[in-house]
Amino acid sequence: MEFEVLVQLKSEVLDPEARAIKDVLISQGISNVEAVTVAKRYVVLLHADETEADKKIEAIASEYLSNPVSQTYEIKRLLP
Amino acid sequence: MTKRLSAVGALRIGVIQFPGSNCDEDCIDSFKRHFDIQASRLWHQDTTLPPLDALVIPGGFSFGDYLRSGALAARSPLMQQVKTFASRGGPMIGICNGFQILTESHLLPGALLHNLSRQFICRQVTIKDERGRQFSMPIAHGEGRYWLDQESLREIEDDGRIAFRYCLPSGPINFEANPNGSVADIAGVYSKNKKILGMMPHPERATDGVMGGSSDGLIVLRDFLNRI
Repeated sequence: MEFEVLVQLKSEVLDPEARAIKDVLISQGISNVEAVTVAKRYVVLLHADETEADKKIEAIASEYLSNPVSQTYEIKRLLP
Repeated sequence: MTKRLSAVGALRIGVIQFPGSNCDEDCIDSFKRHFDIQASRLWHQDTTLPPLDALVIPGGFSFGDYLRSGALAARSPLMQQVKTFASRGGPMIGICNGFQILTESHLLPGALLHNLSRQFICRQVTIKDERGRQFSMPIAHGEGRYWLDQESLREIEDDGRIAFRYCLPSGPINFEANPNGSVADIAGVYSKNKKILGMMPHPERATDGVMGGSSDGLIVLRDFLNRI
């Protein structure tokens, strides 16, 4: 089973990188941009049955790929 | 300044080395040169800790800062032993990457994020402790912005666990003095039992007037030794 994990800073944390990107887009004349969020994307291929895989990816995302103090994560199943 | 503390030379200090750590030598040298302590170097893959009085987690770029600064180092085999050591009241100091490793290990609260400027900052700073004493020493970091949620911040403030804050050489603690955007201008924190100290500036790089004009780091290191 293949999963995608997206990790980003919590909304209450200022992300200067996202802010800089947004500011440049606006300065380039793309005025409708309201917000930009920067996230890191991890793809994990696991060999396990569905229940075990779901549990494992949850643990991987919450205990390794993201820091619960400052980040949130989102898991999406890619395959099958 | 080689003021010797009685029996301090007998203290057993361990300095942990991870792949990419680069401040272990300066830490070991500081303890030897100024306190006559021969610290031992520990390897991150060791599964046991020798009998020790205190631990030092030095600065550097452990694991290339991959995943997050200190994240992979925090999950090294030896860190399990370090957590046990901490649970028994073992004293330790984490400097720069060491501070990052301590927060990733949940031995200290909060997280160290990218500097607000998104730049690596390498310069002398002034920090102030809870007693109002000021120390001058260098920082050299890309991820030194200390962050924790408001509730936890109130908690550590009430507990007197903010070890150092960035300040101007003239004294005021404010935005101008803060090099990286750390919440409440925090440069270092203590654990609940005050035995664990994490700080972003480098005391081991301010042990001699010839190094950037400050030997204030010696006071910080001596205080750490006194608390053991």
